[in-house]
Amino acid sequence: MLSIHNLHASIDGAPILRGINLEVKAGEVHAIMGPNGSGKSTLASVLAGREEYEVTEGEVTFKGKDLLEMAPEDRAREGVFLAFQYPVEIPGVSTTNFLRTAVNQVREYRGLEPLDAVKFLSVMKEKMKLVEIDQKLLSRSLNEGFSGGEKKRNEIFQMAMLEPTLAILDETDSGLDIDALRIVSNGVNKLKSPNNATIVVTHYQRLLDYIVPDFVHVLYKGRIVKSGTKELALELEEKGYDWIKEEADAASV
Amino acid sequence: MTTVTKNKVTDLFLENAPSFGSFPSLREESKQIVNGKGLPAAKDEEYKFTSVSKKLEQVITDFSPAKPIAVSKDTIKDHLWAGFEGSYLVFNNGIFSEELSAFENSGFEVQMLSESNAIALGSIAKAEKDPFIALNTIYFEDGIQISIPRGKKVDSPILFLFFNQANEGQIISPRILIEVAENAEATFLEHSISLDEAVYFSNSVTEIKVGQNSHVHYSRLQNDGSKAIVVSNFETDIHRDATFTSTVVSLSGDLVRNNLSLRLQDSGCVGNMYGLYLLNGKTHVDNHTNVDHTKPHAESNELYKGILTDQSRGVFNGKIFVRQDAQKTNAFQQNNNILLSEDAIVNTKPQLEIWADDVKCSHGCTTGQLDEEALFYLQARGIDKMQAKGLLLYAFAGEVLEHINDESFRNYIDRLVQERLGSNF
Repeated sequence: MLSIHNLHASIDGAPILRGINLEVKAGEVHAIMGPNGSGKSTLASVLAGREEYEVTEGEVTFKGKDLLEMAPEDRAREGVFLAFQYPVEIPGVSTTNFLRTAVNQVREYRGLEPLDAVKFLSVMKEKMKLVEIDQKLLSRSLNEGFSGGEKKRNEIFQMAMLEPTLAILDETDSGLDIDALRIVSNGVNKLKSPNNATIVVTHYQRLLDYIVPDFVHVLYKGRIVKSGTKELALELEEKGYDWIKEEADAASV
Repeated sequence: MTTVTKNKVTDLFLENAPSFGSFPSLREESKQIVNGKGLPAAKDEEYKFTSVSKKLEQVITDFSPAKPIAVSKDTIKDHLWAGFEGSYLVFNNGIFSEELSAFENSGFEVQMLSESNAIALGSIAKAEKDPFIALNTIYFEDGIQISIPRGKKVDSPILFLFFNQANEGQIISPRILIEVAENAEATFLEHSISLDEAVYFSNSVTEIKVGQNSHVHYSRLQNDGSKAIVVSNFETDIHRDATFTSTVVSLSGDLVRNNLSLRLQDSGCVGNMYGLYLLNGKTHVDNHTNVDHTKPHAESNELYKGILTDQSRGVFNGKIFVRQDAQKTNAFQQNNNILLSEDAIVNTKPQLEIWADDVKCSHGCTTGQLDEEALFYLQARGIDKMQAKGLLLYAFAGEVLEHINDESFRNYIDRLVQERLGSNF
């Protein structure tokens, strides 16, 4: 589904990603872990098409198409979804209105009829249950005055509405208490299917107790320096990142 | 002996001043004011960024009052928006036309100023306050007085339609006096329409008395031609426990200057001022507002927002006076601007003068670009860039538009704004 080959990216001339290779197949859950500043969020941003980052080398194909060539909105329409680490507050735009515009633009791209107000509302009600989000919240301005947990739940709710084939969760767990984490993870797990894939970017192993990954990759200085299964995450939880840093630094000398 | 160096345009106005028989002393006094002060020059602090005099000197070729032109009833129907239900009062080049208007049995009274004993005329909009008020007082041929009786709730809106077309670049001087008695309610709408793209100078004066415990909304749409020069002088006296809400939406014109003044005469008054300016090309719009808190326990709210592109320019100046007596005043003011081009300019200046010591006042202004992070967020959800931009700008503008209380007018302006913002949801 997603194939990243030798991806290099920089911001304002400073290289952040220095040769990422990653294969993600349908039905898989990949966790990307790593110390602060290793490039985890950059990878998520580059995949979603954030303009500040310049791709200097490498390719990314998504369902056989060149992902890097596409505008952010076309990536979304193709089925890439980024759950933001810091969801943006947009005063004056209600979640409901915004999502109806988004869903219908995505549907149009996929050659589907737009949803009318009644249908949209019934789909919305059904998806709201997944993340236990209140309708009152959705008629308010997008993310404005939402708590941290509400914002993250809103991200997963949007994911449910847009039905992506590849979901990238950028530190969705940061700052959440256990209850919020459980609700958000439940939502993600219920959306999992053999036809879609998930990339979970996280700093903490804790999230992986709830969203169980098939593969765990450790990012350090812009490269994947170690890959393994969920046991690797447990090892990181116990021993920290220092041993990986040492290994990687020794190998690069 | 002192000599005043007046600008050329002041002399041209005085030389061409009409001689109307009505209100002789008011007009004479105004002539003396214009003669003495002159129209504001570039160094005048109040007109620093907006040199109306210079502009007039450049583009006006005929300084005589404009005469009415042929306006048919069909033209009027064409300019009434869908869903409008109410009375309308038509001004043809600034002169009221009863024949073209429709206001029968609407629960209020309309009189020509020359036929009424309009003793209040010039007492709210004082000629000495601004030379443009004095100029209007010299130049208006006749105007109207509208009286809303005590305890009357006028259910449907009262619309002023200004049809302007002065081919020689003449002077249009609408004059309106509104007296709302106690415990009354009314909604006024105003829409200016240019019938062609030629130059004209419209210099209007609207004075309003909002009687005790009355509620008045006044919403304006300024959509003049790209060569129009517009100065509006809007003066209000707001009495005890009354509420007055002004909303001004400026979409076009060459140079537009809005003077808006709210005098909160007593306790319990609420004065609201909202404004939106959506500017492109070389349009220049200047909003000068003034709210005067004179007694305790009154409140004012002000929000002006601007979206500017090309080489357009916006000016905002918001004065808040809180007099020594006016304890427990609540006064809020906000001016936010989005600049979409390198060459667009905004000058914004809040001016607070507070003599009371137990008040809540706040003000703030921001000028910036469109929020790139918000734009990316919408794109990342599959919304195309143009539409995402439109959505964000429309949301920004919406905070002002929501204060227009007449639904059909709000919807009409909403549509114009959405078209301008290049999006249609």
